[in-house]
Amino acid sequence: MFWSFFKLGLFTIGGGMAMIPLIQDIAVNKRKWMTDEECVDCIAVSQSLPGVIAINMATYIGYHLKKLPGSIVATIGVNLPSYIIIIIVVEILHGIGDNPYVLGALVGIKAAATGLIAFSAYRIGRQVLKSAFGWILAAAAFGVITFGGVNAVFAILAGMAAGIIKTKADAGRGGKNDDLP
Amino acid sequence: MIYLKLFLVFAKIGLFGFGGGMAMLPMIYQSAATFSLMSADEFSNLVAISQVTPGPIAVNAATYVGYNAAGFSGALVATVGVAVPSFVLVILVCHFMARFRESTLMEGAFTGIRPVTAGLIASAVIFMGESTFENLTPVTAGILVLSVVLVGKFRVSPVMIVLGSGLIGAAFCS
Repeated sequence: MFWSFFKLGLFTIGGGMAMIPLIQDIAVNKRKWMTDEECVDCIAVSQSLPGVIAINMATYIGYHLKKLPGSIVATIGVNLPSYIIIIIVVEILHGIGDNPYVLGALVGIKAAATGLIAFSAYRIGRQVLKSAFGWILAAAAFGVITFGGVNAVFAILAGMAAGIIKTKADAGRGGKNDDLP
Repeated sequence: MIYLKLFLVFAKIGLFGFGGGMAMLPMIYQSAATFSLMSADEFSNLVAISQVTPGPIAVNAATYVGYNAAGFSGALVATVGVAVPSFVLVILVCHFMARFRESTLMEGAFTGIRPVTAGLIASAVIFMGESTFENLTPVTAGILVLSVVLVGKFRVSPVMIVLGSGLIGAAFCS
């Protein structure tokens, strides 16, 4: 199990979302740790809880198989590659960080990363913004964090409160909640 | 006490980090800036590096910030910090699965969190793009636009886009 998660951590570039189909394939098809339904539950929980999705999934699957020790082993496994690689990268950058080609490459990568994040914002926005309520919350969060210097944690807590109030109000009116997926 | 600070900063990111790595970026940026653990320029370097290295971006950030602040043990403390809230919450949910899924309170909270996540990722564009927008050249503007088109329209893998941009950057921006 440690090696399976270590390999996952090592070979998935691009973060948690990219890891989901791979974890699914390993846990259900290759290792037969869980059924398809159990895995869907695992993904739903991992996505809805805060935190790193890969860590959530590793903890969940580890716990499912071997309780607490399983969770610990799987979580260490999935994180260890990042840990080692980032330390190596930092050391390399300290060594050759002022090389003009390295600096040039970083300039190029930063421009591309900005574009990739912009597309990701567009994609998520298209998925979750289905009503005026959603658009207002998203715009408000963007505005206060970017230009108001408001801590992102407060924006999340305020969004939570607004969502709970809206759902209660909708239920009170007997209306349906069109912000649910 | 640098270790305690690192642990708390990243535990907070782990606890409030809804919606995956990109949505966590503003929080990482703000926390690291408040504690002067990382400059805006280092932040964009980190995000750039995270695009080409494996693993979750929050773990990469924790390791990067922790290592620069206090070496191996700093990196370890920060990484454990980001993982601990997940760990506790997932295990709790495994115990109380049924109640968690049927709670209308949870349902309501997520009705609000999802749109905020979209706003968070939009702010990440601004934080990440700061150095790019300030020193915009035809080459970087071209890379930015091209990467959106390639990933959005042609479904090119982000890893390939980032590697290509790195090469173009090394050739034309050095």
